[in-house]
Amino acid sequence: MSNNIPSDLKYTKSHEWVRQGAPNGTLEIGITDHAQSALGDLVFVEVPDVGRALSEGEACAVVESVKAASDVYSPAAGKVVANNSALSGKPELLNEDPYGAGWLFRLETSGTLNAASLMSASAYESFLAEEAK
Amino acid sequence: MAFIPHTPEDISRMLEVIGARSIEDLFDEIPADLRAGVLNVPAPLSEMEIARLMTERAALDGRPLNFIGAGAYEHHIPAPVWAIATRGEFYSAYTPYQAEASQGTLQLIYEYQSMMCALTGMEVSNASLYDGASALAEACLMAVRSNRGSSSRRILMPRTVNPTYAQVAQAIAGNQDISFVPVDFDRTVGRTALDALKPFSGQDFTALVVQQPNFFGSLEEVDALTDWAHHNKIMLIAVVNPTSLALLKAPGEWGAVVAGARGADIVCGEGQALGVPLSSGGPYFGFMATRMQYVRQMPGRIVGGTVDVEGRPGFTLTLQAREQHIRRSKATSNICTNQGLMVTAATIYMSLLGPRGLEAVAQASMQRTYDLVSALNKVPGVKRAFTAPHFHEAVLLLDRPPAPILAALSRRGILGGLDLSERYPELGHALLVCATETKLDADIAAYTSGLAEVMSASRAAA
Repeated sequence: MSNNIPSDLKYTKSHEWVRQGAPNGTLEIGITDHAQSALGDLVFVEVPDVGRALSEGEACAVVESVKAASDVYSPAAGKVVANNSALSGKPELLNEDPYGAGWLFRLETSGTLNAASLMSASAYESFLAEEAK
Repeated sequence: MAFIPHTPEDISRMLEVIGARSIEDLFDEIPADLRAGVLNVPAPLSEMEIARLMTERAALDGRPLNFIGAGAYEHHIPAPVWAIATRGEFYSAYTPYQAEASQGTLQLIYEYQSMMCALTGMEVSNASLYDGASALAEACLMAVRSNRGSSSRRILMPRTVNPTYAQVAQAIAGNQDISFVPVDFDRTVGRTALDALKPFSGQDFTALVVQQPNFFGSLEEVDALTDWAHHNKIMLIAVVNPTSLALLKAPGEWGAVVAGARGADIVCGEGQALGVPLSSGGPYFGFMATRMQYVRQMPGRIVGGTVDVEGRPGFTLTLQAREQHIRRSKATSNICTNQGLMVTAATIYMSLLGPRGLEAVAQASMQRTYDLVSALNKVPGVKRAFTAPHFHEAVLLLDRPPAPILAALSRRGILGGLDLSERYPELGHALLVCATETKLDADIAAYTSGLAEVMSASRAAA
């Protein structure tokens, strides 16, 4: 199982990653290497529309492989300011580069991040180890 | 392929493995007061007994001369249709989908989907749904998932849509926070009034439903309705009679090109007219087709063409990831059974008739209805209700309540149509009549003289 966990990102229990300090102080959001690897080859990615207001934990994107379709949950409340339209034609970008070209959307948050719901890289790594037991 | 139920030994072995004493134990989380208790079902009958019972019941229907349509249509079904559909290779209580064991069934469904796409002018069809009414309900749910420019969950439902379909859509989608807004029709013309849509212009609606031909048999102004919807960023759901599509413009070609696309966004309807007998109301089958851009929001099974590991062509279920066996409560639909056997009959029916045969059926049915309406229009106290052109159904206005007239006709072995006075009280004494290619000149003459006599007797008695 592929298991790359960059140390500069935050993580959720539902396997999203959050990059702080993206352009204009927005959050960049995607799914982890572990998640893409568990799903297998993606055939379709549905990203939220720009302008959509999201609440924390809201299902806002769908990643679909030949065997499963899974929701992606917003790690924070905010407004979608950008989405990765390249994924509609090339969903494999997410398999190949989950932390880079495979990003899903950018969020302009209204307040501060809910730190309690987000994990550091090392915490996520132990969370995965715990989940695998 | 054998589908053999579990034997008592199988059941006790399985119960043993999971540590349950009886099947009843598996339901112990359901409170006792919510259980159905003992079902009042009669004892089983032997094949001989059941055949006799059904023959007796069927005889009660008699063999009336039928002029009722209203969503279920009596067409001639060529003898090979059911001779082939009931062959052992096709005849099954449960459609087998395993690609490794069911290439014939899968190919047939693939051919069915291709035919429905050709008829509707759409890019992709599913393998069928339960019936026309629930197909419309599914189309409404699908529109709410697909129209990302709309957040209102409001759907415009013209009153010219089959009222039963509107009721089923309300029953299924209404509980999912979707509301339906009625649109009025023109009392003289008998179709949806474009003026009635004007107050809705610029508002947020998810979809507009258009039935063609509409419930009255009239032809709607589908191009204008489609354009209005698309200019207002509203999705267009077409409910169509597949027989009529042999003559009428395919929904995929309705309206002008707006934002690079044209035509209906979702097409659905009842497939019974394609080789399925009336059979006291079912089983029938629903169909649904759409554009590729919405395929992931379409409910139900879809069979795709593919190649196997050795590169040989074959067929398999595709786009399954959003179905209930994988997505559970988040599936596009939790009613995604297809009506395999009815679809088998429909596919054979369409193959045998071909495009020209289907066109001949449509043409003859329409002609017979024009003959019927012009004959009945001459009966004293009867006149045509609407001026719009119609397909194989039309509304008549009587000068007295239809119910006793229909009862008197029925005693003469004639089913004279559907009484609309309860569903559309504003129309007065309205009667919906239908004739298909199965009605001969003598049948139309028998109905005409029967109606004249019954009407005149009723007048004399008054």
